[in-house]
Parts: sequence; C-alpha cells; structure tokens
Amino acid sequence: MLSRLVLVSANAAKNSSPLGAGLVQLSRLHTSPNSQAPVPPLPEKGGKTRHGIFPEELFQLLYPKTGVTGPYMLGAGLLTYFLSKEIYIINHETISAACMATVIIYSVKRFGPDVAAFADKLNEEKLQKAEEVKALAVASLAQAIEDEKKEQWGVEGQHLLFDAKRNNVAMLLETNWRERVHTVHNEVKKRLDYQIALQSLHRRMEQEHMVSWVEKNVVSSITPQQEKTSIAKCITDLKSLAKIQQAKATV
Amino acid sequence: MADKIVPVAEKRLVDVKLGELGSWLGTRDFTPNGILASIRKGHDRYYNKYINVRKGGIGGVAMLLAGYVALSYVWEFEHLKHDRWRKYH
Repeated sequence: MLSRLVLVSANAAKNSSPLGAGLVQLSRLHTSPNSQAPVPPLPEKGGKTRHGIFPEELFQLLYPKTGVTGPYMLGAGLLTYFLSKEIYIINHETISAACMATVIIYSVKRFGPDVAAFADKLNEEKLQKAEEVKALAVASLAQAIEDEKKEQWGVEGQHLLFDAKRNNVAMLLETNWRERVHTVHNEVKKRLDYQIALQSLHRRMEQEHMVSWVEKNVVSSITPQQEKTSIAKCITDLKSLAKIQQAKATV
Repeated sequence: MADKIVPVAEKRLVDVKLGELGSWLGTRDFTPNGILASIRKGHDRYYNKYINVRKGGIGGVAMLLAGYVALSYVWEFEHLKHDRWRKYH
C-alpha cells in the first residue's frame, strides 16, 4: 500500500488535473503508432511477496526440491553463516536496526489498511473525474450526432419549402400581371371616354349653332311691313275677342 | 522438454544452461545504449509488476528499501570490519 502512496504522490507531483490518472498509465502507452487495440486495464494486485520483502517466486522456485520450509531453511542457514563468519557484524547499529524494524513493522501492521483505503479513495476520485470528462464528451458527441441526424431529416423536407416558395413567386407574378392589365384597361377606357365626350360636344355645338342661325334668319326675314300688318291683325283679333267676351259677360 | 529449439542468443537468463553461459554472455549487448536499454527494461518490468497496479502492497517499495539497506551494508563492510568481535573465524 506504500506503492499506492507512491502512485498518488507521483500523480500529485505530475499534475492534479483529471489527466493525472491517465498519466499513471504513461508507461503502458502504445509505443508504435499502428496498434489501435485498447490498452489493457491495470492489474488488480501486484506481484505477491512473503513477509513484505521476499518475492513469492523464490518460494515457488524452491518448492519442488525442498517443500514448504525450504526457503526458510535457506534463510536460517544463511543467517547462521553470516553471523558465525561475522560477515554480518553485531554492533550498535544492529540494536538500532532492530528497534527501527519493530517500529516499522508495528506501524505497517496497524496503519496499513487505513493508508491503503485513503490512497484508494484518492485514486477513485481521480478516476471519477476522468470518467466524468469522458461521459461529458460522450454525451456532447451523442448530442452532436442527434443534431446532425435532425439536420439531415430537415434537408429531406427542403423540397417542400421550395415548392411553397415557388408558389409564392407565381402568385406574386400573377398579382402583378393582373394589376397591369387593370391599369391598361383603365387608361384605354379614359381615352375612349374622352373621344366620346369630344364627339358629343361637337354635335351639341353644331346643333346650337344651327338653331341660333335659323332663328336669326327668321327674325331678320320679318320685314317692317309684315310686322305692321301682323300687329294690326293682332289688334283686330284682340278687339273681336274682347267684343265676344263682353257679349258673353253681359249674357 | 519438448520445446522447440531456440538459439542461445534469444533465451532468457533462467533458461540458459551453465555450459552455454559464456556464449550467452557473448551475445548480450554491452554498448552504452544496450546497457541503458537493459536498465530501462528491468525498471519497467519491476515497476509494472509491483508498483503500477491498482492495489499495490508494501512489497513494491519495501523490496527496494531492503535492497538499498543490503547494498549499503555491502559498501560499508570494509569500514565495519573493525567492529568484529573475533579476529579468527
């Protein structure tokens, strides 16, 4: 679990971004640009060790020949040999080494699991941040795919749009043409009305002129002689009428 | 041992027989680049096996520290020889 602390501190030393978890895997990146296979995940547990410092492979190596107690016998024999030949010398440092070993072993046994859980929690948080980034990216990409599909669907409906626009344009052209036909009609009607008014004016003036000319001629053709005789006739007629009236009145 | 015949150069060290050790050493790459490459490969193997895992144990770092302790004892041995209790063993 010290290794976990090593990993955690290495991450913190590199950077504390969500990529920290990915940097741990730097040594496992594809070195050639051709391989596209996904990187296999980290192994769950490391190589096994016996008593913390002896790799399990040693015990497995000696098991076929010496059984289970073989490596322990080897350790005891080596220790005896070193002590007896004073290759390992007992002096003040031995005592200090013994004290330190006691303290270390006690603290590892007592606080080991707690430290391991703490380091695991840190790693989990980092992984979770990276996962969130990935999930966000996946979600945004899925959204982009949805939008793209919608766009494609929209494009299919575009011919409907064009039909509507074509209808609009045709209607505008039709309206315009009808307006112009209307204008033409009005203008032509105005000109024809003018011609009619002109002709009626002509006729009326001719009529009036002829009437006045006839009257003038008739009036001028009445000679003074005719005037006198007509006035005298009128007087005699009036007298006779008066006589008749008088006669009627008395009767 | 019905494995196919592998030339000496490509065998890993654990598969090399004692008699072939000399020729096997002869095929190894001792140029500076080769040494650097072997150091890097060894580091990668140790790192990927013991440290670069989800739930690493204490072994990954403890083995390195124990190796450091042993190595420093070896380097200091000449100096420590004077602390011996007996002259003749």
